[in-house]
Amino acid sequence: MNSNQLQHQVLYMRRSLFDQGYLDSEQLIQLEDLQDDANPNFVEEVVSLFYSDSARLIQNIEQTLSNRPVDFSRLDDILHQFKGSCSSIGAKKVKDACSQFREYCNAGNAEGCSRSFQLIKQEYETLRRRLESYFQMVKQAKAA
Amino acid sequence: MENGFSSPRNDTFNPAGLRVLVVDDDLAWLKILEKMLKKCSYEGLRTRKILNGGLELLNFSKHFASSLTAFVSVNPCNPIKQNQVASEIFELDIMLMNGPLMWYSTILISPRISLVLGGSDIEVTTCGLARDALSLLRERKDGYDIVISDVNMPDMDGFKLLEHVGLEMDLPVIMMSVDGETSRVMKGVQHGACDYLLKPIRMKELRNIWQHVFRKKIHEVRDIENIEGFESIHMTRSGSDQSVDGPLLTGEDLTSVRKRKDAENRHDDRDCGDASSTKKARVVWSIDLHQKFVKAVNQIGFDKVGPKKILDLMNVPWLTRENVASHLQKYRLYLTRLQKDELKTSVGGIKQKDSPSKDSAASFGIQNSITVHHHNDVSNGGYRFSRSNSVVQNVDAKSLEGDVKGIDTIPVTGHKRVLTVDIPNSHKARCSQIGFNGSFVPGHSDVNFTSFDSAIPTQPWSEVSETQFQHEHKPLRLENDFTQLPLPGPRHHIQVDCIQSGPSASSKPSVVDKDNLKPFDCTYKSNYPNAIPIGSAVDTFPVQTTSPIVNHQPFEPIARTTSSMKSQGLNLSCIPDLEAAQRNINWGVGSSLTSLDEDLQLCWLQGDCFAMNLGLQDINFSEYNDPALNSEVPFHLYDTMRFDYEHYYDPTECPIIDQGLFIA
Repeated sequence: MNSNQLQHQVLYMRRSLFDQGYLDSEQLIQLEDLQDDANPNFVEEVVSLFYSDSARLIQNIEQTLSNRPVDFSRLDDILHQFKGSCSSIGAKKVKDACSQFREYCNAGNAEGCSRSFQLIKQEYETLRRRLESYFQMVKQAKAA
Repeated sequence: MENGFSSPRNDTFNPAGLRVLVVDDDLAWLKILEKMLKKCSYEGLRTRKILNGGLELLNFSKHFASSLTAFVSVNPCNPIKQNQVASEIFELDIMLMNGPLMWYSTILISPRISLVLGGSDIEVTTCGLARDALSLLRERKDGYDIVISDVNMPDMDGFKLLEHVGLEMDLPVIMMSVDGETSRVMKGVQHGACDYLLKPIRMKELRNIWQHVFRKKIHEVRDIENIEGFESIHMTRSGSDQSVDGPLLTGEDLTSVRKRKDAENRHDDRDCGDASSTKKARVVWSIDLHQKFVKAVNQIGFDKVGPKKILDLMNVPWLTRENVASHLQKYRLYLTRLQKDELKTSVGGIKQKDSPSKDSAASFGIQNSITVHHHNDVSNGGYRFSRSNSVVQNVDAKSLEGDVKGIDTIPVTGHKRVLTVDIPNSHKARCSQIGFNGSFVPGHSDVNFTSFDSAIPTQPWSEVSETQFQHEHKPLRLENDFTQLPLPGPRHHIQVDCIQSGPSASSKPSVVDKDNLKPFDCTYKSNYPNAIPIGSAVDTFPVQTTSPIVNHQPFEPIARTTSSMKSQGLNLSCIPDLEAAQRNINWGVGSSLTSLDEDLQLCWLQGDCFAMNLGLQDINFSEYNDPALNSEVPFHLYDTMRFDYEHYYDPTECPIIDQGLFIA
């Protein structure tokens, strides 16, 4: 693909990330604003931090959920952190899934929590894939 | 208009900048915040250069407006002295122990209100763990100026950290969290946070952090003044015995702060209850009354004065000897303080001294009226204002009690102003920090409230007050947020005129309604002929007659203001970022924000900083409120109110603006 097409592709992917509710446009734009010569890969760096934080948190949740009895307050804490993490890049769907989880948590509904957790993982995976390909595309477009 | 931007010091001015410590276990946020703060710094630098360059301060352009934040401060101006107006903008740097932290300029908008524009450079340190943060802080006691911390951290609760920092280092702390739940926010407030930001955090919220430091420094100065000055006056709840200043209220404040939960109402009730249980007749020391008092005092001769004599001379049948005695006591303190300030006056200052007694009279009068009103409930139909520095905007119910500053009003005589007023509570410093921001402070910083709003229509005032009273004990109807802006150095105030040059573009703070802006034409008719309302377009001031300002929620000054702004399209306060504001400051505001028409007017929160977004320019204005100054304000308010009240019915006048803006 030539440069133009790549650009288009980038824009298209970006647009759909926003429109489909995966990412909050405002936050991404803000991150992009912060990117400058001093930090040319700022956005990606933040996103990687998000990945690592999320991976860790997901593991924590997994562990906590598997314990009996389920420690809901701990789960709530973890979710709170996860939400904070999502807000760093504007990961909307994941964040919403977290909120849902929290509700079940507050209600002491372990079954509901498990289900929501699956949803969280799912959304997270999807987002990650989308973002990775998006950034790939961005790189390609830049190089072109 | 003369622009006193000479700022020779700028040449040598090299601020170390604000040293910010960011604590968060979320690495992504840590990185983002660090970058954002650095960016604020670049912008800040650029702005400062522009300021230094003598650019007409109000001629903001989008170009640098984004990096300039401002807040409105109430000048402890003696209304009588309105004529004295400075003619230059001067730039001051706050010189602190470790060197200048920030720069700011003050523009006198009206005798009562100044706009403080400024910013700072920023030096960021990040930290992922609370205990690391504490050790960093302890290592270098004066190494940091402000702390921004997340609420949730693995090793220590953010609130605990907040407490530690407040106690050990007494630094302003901004809390942040993804969660804006009221209870959490209140918790933050109670623990002494000076702002509470919600994630995702926006740049504009960070741009205002210098104001928190600024405010704190000012309070410190004032506290010192206070301590040196006064005998502490025991504060009682009875109207006329309001104590003047001093750290006194510490105890009360503390309690007030603690009570500040959603139980605000209850708190209010309690306070009010206490107040009313004293069963003392509250004397409203109106201006007139006070004038009589002062006249009597002067006649007798200040040295020989005694309550009985004064009483006789005053010839006010319903006044008791006790009333006069306590008033005299306050007056004396006030004068003492005045004298002290005179001594302290330093360089340049503007001669704005009227005969102290005059000043005192006026201001004192004000104070008293305020004081009196303070607890007051309904009867006066007056306004209440809260002196609390407390919290941001909302709350303060308690503040009232505690903060009444007795005789704080120090007429603004240039320099003096700066130092005198004070916030009685050193503890208050903390309280006041809670403000928020509005941004609001919230981060509050971003709460945007315009004091102007408060001004608004007078007619409803009385209604409002009454209604309000009926509703709950919301002590603070009118909360005066303005505080005196201490100006440590020579002061030149720019007359609002300069603002006038404004219409061009950006300079108009007002903003919300660009079309309607008539910057500064509005005749500031009321009491301050010299002042020119900032960009208020009368037209856009849909006076809301009918909306009674009833606050259903105890502390929502902010909300009120915000709402009012919305409804009114307030000029100055346009808060384009209402959301942001809302986002940031959720001091129990919640739904109150939706009750637009109501509040408006009376949200003068004291001691809080409100950031107002000025339209497109994105200039954030926050209101800096110093409880100490309240005394001044109320007076003003009182006057304006009366004044405006009359005017209210006259559509051709635009008194409202005045009120809005300045009532300070």
